[in-house]
Amino acid sequence: MNGNEGGTPQLELRGITKAYPGCLANDHIDLKIMPGEIHALLGENGAGKSTLVKTIYGVLQADEGEIIWAGSPVTIPNPHTARKIGIGMVFQHFSLFEAMTVTENIALGMSGRQDMKILERDIIEVSNSYGLPLEPNRQVHTLSVGEKQRIEIVRCLLQKPKLLIMDEPTSVLTPQEAEKMFETLRRLSGEGVSILYISHKLDEIKELCHKATILRGGKYISECDPTKETAKSLAEMMIGTNLRAPEHHETANGGPIRLKVRDLSIDADVEFGVNLNAINFDVRSGEIFGIAGVAGNGQIELLSALSGETICRNPDTIMLDGKPIGRLGPNPRRDLGLAFVPEDRLGHGSVPEMLLTENAFLSGYSRMALLNGGFINNSSTAEYASEIVKEFDVRTPGIHHTASSLSGGNLQKFIVGREVLQKPGILIVAHPTWGVDAGAAAFIHQTLIDLAEAGAAVLVVSQDLDELFAISDRIAVIAEGRLSVGRELNEITIEEIGLLMGGTHGMGETAGAADVA
Amino acid sequence: MKLRGPPMLLKIEKRAEYSKTMVYLTPIIALVLTVLSSIVLFESLGVNPIEALYQFFIAPLDTKYEFSELFVKATPLILCAIGLSVGFRANVWNIGAEGQLTMGAIVGSSLFIYFPETDSIFLLPAMIVMGALGGAAWAAIPAFFKTRFNANEILTSLMLVYVALLILSLLIHGPWRDPAGFNFPESETFSDSASMPILISGTRMHFGTLMALLAVFGAWIMMARTLIGFQVKVIGEAPRAGGYAGFSRKKIIWFTLLFAGALSGIAGLSEVSGPIGQVVPSISPGYGFTAIIVAFLGRLHPVGIFFAGLLMALTYLGGETAQINLGLPVAVTGVFQGMVLFFLLACDVLVHYRFRLNIARKVTSQ
Amino acid sequence: MSGFDWVVPIILTVITAATPLVFAGIGELVTEKSGVLNLGVEGMMLVGAVSGFITALVTGNYFLAVGAAALAGAIMAFLFGVLTLSLMANQVATGLALTLFGVGLSALMGQEFVGEPIAALSKLNITGLSDLPFIGPIIFGQDVLVYLSFVMVALVSWLLYKTKAGLILRAVGDSHDAAHSIGYPVIAIRYLAVMFGGAMSGIGGAYLSLAYTPMWAENMTAGRGWIALALIVFATWKPGLVLVGAYMFGGITILQLHAQAAGLNVPSQVLSMLPYLATILVLVLISKDESRIRKHAPACIGKIFHPAA
Repeated sequence: MNGNEGGTPQLELRGITKAYPGCLANDHIDLKIMPGEIHALLGENGAGKSTLVKTIYGVLQADEGEIIWAGSPVTIPNPHTARKIGIGMVFQHFSLFEAMTVTENIALGMSGRQDMKILERDIIEVSNSYGLPLEPNRQVHTLSVGEKQRIEIVRCLLQKPKLLIMDEPTSVLTPQEAEKMFETLRRLSGEGVSILYISHKLDEIKELCHKATILRGGKYISECDPTKETAKSLAEMMIGTNLRAPEHHETANGGPIRLKVRDLSIDADVEFGVNLNAINFDVRSGEIFGIAGVAGNGQIELLSALSGETICRNPDTIMLDGKPIGRLGPNPRRDLGLAFVPEDRLGHGSVPEMLLTENAFLSGYSRMALLNGGFINNSSTAEYASEIVKEFDVRTPGIHHTASSLSGGNLQKFIVGREVLQKPGILIVAHPTWGVDAGAAAFIHQTLIDLAEAGAAVLVVSQDLDELFAISDRIAVIAEGRLSVGRELNEITIEEIGLLMGGTHGMGETAGAADVA
Repeated sequence: MKLRGPPMLLKIEKRAEYSKTMVYLTPIIALVLTVLSSIVLFESLGVNPIEALYQFFIAPLDTKYEFSELFVKATPLILCAIGLSVGFRANVWNIGAEGQLTMGAIVGSSLFIYFPETDSIFLLPAMIVMGALGGAAWAAIPAFFKTRFNANEILTSLMLVYVALLILSLLIHGPWRDPAGFNFPESETFSDSASMPILISGTRMHFGTLMALLAVFGAWIMMARTLIGFQVKVIGEAPRAGGYAGFSRKKIIWFTLLFAGALSGIAGLSEVSGPIGQVVPSISPGYGFTAIIVAFLGRLHPVGIFFAGLLMALTYLGGETAQINLGLPVAVTGVFQGMVLFFLLACDVLVHYRFRLNIARKVTSQ
Repeated sequence: MSGFDWVVPIILTVITAATPLVFAGIGELVTEKSGVLNLGVEGMMLVGAVSGFITALVTGNYFLAVGAAALAGAIMAFLFGVLTLSLMANQVATGLALTLFGVGLSALMGQEFVGEPIAALSKLNITGLSDLPFIGPIIFGQDVLVYLSFVMVALVSWLLYKTKAGLILRAVGDSHDAAHSIGYPVIAIRYLAVMFGGAMSGIGGAYLSLAYTPMWAENMTAGRGWIALALIVFATWKPGLVLVGAYMFGGITILQLHAQAAGLNVPSQVLSMLPYLATILVLVLISKDESRIRKHAPACIGKIFHPAA
């Protein structure tokens, strides 16, 4: 069905422009999708992909440009109109209501009134026929991420869309789940449905898509046939320059164990949390230990137990350089040399409305001696903040600006820098480059590698397998609150990791204390 | 082919960084708007607005005595508002300062009531300490319920206001009633050693005002330069970042409530030991509630609160003056105070957001 | 039956004490279900009470009076909406401001009417039925607002759980971002919910000044607006339980009044504390189970919505 160049495009965009204060998110973007075509929209974080698709779906209004739907110009003032003319969208951050049932969620995504009984029947029918099984009466918060995504897809399919927009759909799936979803998409394409597929993952675009439009910095760069490109050439178009791969250090197997976790079990204290189940691992001096896994499998709970925000029952559960720290809070742990970079930059790793100086003080006051007889030493705090900004190339007009005024990449560099300058013996980093531009990501990766080479132990928790493979020495997988045995990078394949991420497979080899020691 | 742009629309956009100018400007804008609205209000009440504004804001400051009265009224407002503001900074919504004030007055005065003959110079200091303890103890109840049972402090602290007022009523209609007082529900008049020293003779300005100033300076230094002040701000702005930094939310809830309770308690004791001079059924005309407005109008900053306290005190005096000279109802003061807070909260949008006029445009394609 | 004659007047007074709480509670419930916390219930009730009273006094038309109270409450709530929904002000602070403003405004509006008597809202009198012993006065002898309060609870219950509109309202309270990205007008829906809450609070206030104690006095709500807020926590955001809770509190209020009248050897102040102490007790008991509160409370309650992108 793809590539019938002569026909009328299902959707055509001409010169779409959208400005935000201080940034041009979309700068005269053109795009053409034929019926049945799977069209990739490729670009880095901040390239303008999300803005563009939200414009198509009517969530945002373009400042300039036109949208042509099946040959005639249209205005799409809101998502209701988009749905009415046959556009469906699956959001990256799901637009689901956690406290409601699958059926209620789907009803909310459809216009007009629905008979719940009939809707339930339709859901079962459509979900089964596309291999996306769903139980209509389950509450959404009890479902896995993959199941939640199915709700969004089924919600679109029930309205028989002519164009389906998918925003980074595989970022929350295991490789195997992603493969199953591709089958569904190919089948839809065969039925004549156009698909606009947003991603920055080059391999899956090469595998799935017929065409690709590349955006960079809000501008249209080019259109190409991804099957005829290499991953490298696509990456260059996407990023613009040749990217330097991080310099990998020698695997330092011999280093002493700095962080030792034994039999860490914690019952989730919040509703919908994940219980940790007998987690064991070590991180040695000089190594980067990566923990892979789909979000929501216990990463939050594990990180919180390691940082001291959750206190363990038994002090010996976590040992730092041979000292039991399980019952210590974040501050005593930090004093012993444990530093932590949380996943959420704004609101967890920093206070958004506070100045960079205050945010430097936040985690550094004890280890950097910024308190003077109970009073905050403003000059040494400012010195510390300036040092972070200088050493870690944080682009900001000055240290007396708020954390929220920084871009994602710069704030992440600030937070990583704040922790690294405290010369930690062990650094725990959650999703170090999530939503960060490529330049900052490369910088952060190099920083982590340098820190490990200097003798620290580094623990990286990430969903991004490419990232983990680029910087880790050993990788383990967390699934349903259990952690697999850590394996050397050259001993494990992406496929094996994918199976472990699925949670059912390979748990027989869940690390026991004996295996790791 | 034409594509219609969005219609002309006033759009609110988030600023990349909050506007420091607006932080200082919005209270002034709010005041100007309040004055403009009260002109309409006075007009509708059939009073010449210029005359009314004069009576409200200028006339009360005519003489030295009247000027000193400003400080007398501002003292409890500032004391309570300083305490509340620290809590509000931490997102601890203690709105029961009126109850804590009442309890402070009760517990503090109990020393005099039960030892009326004492003429020790330590009596008043002890009463002040007891007042602080009484207010803090009353505030400890919502703190305990909040930290232990997760009960909403807004509702518990407010309910305790009613309870405190009823306890006061119980005492003053019963055991504390002055036997020589012709059955009026009033205690014995405080002896000299139980009364606040007067600062300027011929006025009612008393030692409590100095304590309020001390609270302003103390809170200023605490919030700007100490670890506990920093913790309060972090827990209020981003509780998870507070947890990350190892700050305890429960500790901050306890601290802010006890701090506010103690200051409100001192405010209550200062009233009974100061201008009132005895325990009466109604110690405060709602200082504890007006202090909420003072705290916000002062931008939750001690120095701002000092000026906001004086301004709100002026509305109390102005209300009385306007009642006497123009026959305006006293309730105008309450409306005025409510309006100030309303306009301030409305103007606050300017601190974090900016308005932009989105003008429709027509795009004609080639 | 004669041995139980004292029961009927007690039940009748419990009903009158509970009705204002039912109105204010059910209105605020709808507001909160949409994800907005309006702490200004006390202020809206007071303005409703005084508006209703003045209208009744001037026109003698109680239908108009109730309408005026609802309108006044809704206008107050609209102010709250402008601040919190359009200008994104902090909901807690704005709610407090609304109460403080309402206290002042109602005092100003009503200052010439303090102590003026009016006739109480008339009660239903169906010959035959209303004269039945026991159930007659209780079921067939109430004023129209009592019946309306029950209708409103049933209506809100049906609306929230059986209609698409209710589904949308709950969705907006559960996740305003998701609702927005699907295309629901979050702000407009919340305005409606907030104004409905205001209208109900206004009627609840008017019940005090028209039926419970037919007169106007400053601050006559005496904390009932706050108790209504506590009721919603007690009811874990369920309409039926708001009704139950309101009658419980009505019962406590009346019990202490009757105990005082009966000359019980307890100071009246101690008895008067009971409703407030009961509120604290109930809050503590219910809130203790944090996960239960979190499960039932609308997830977006109190959060500011700004459609960024």
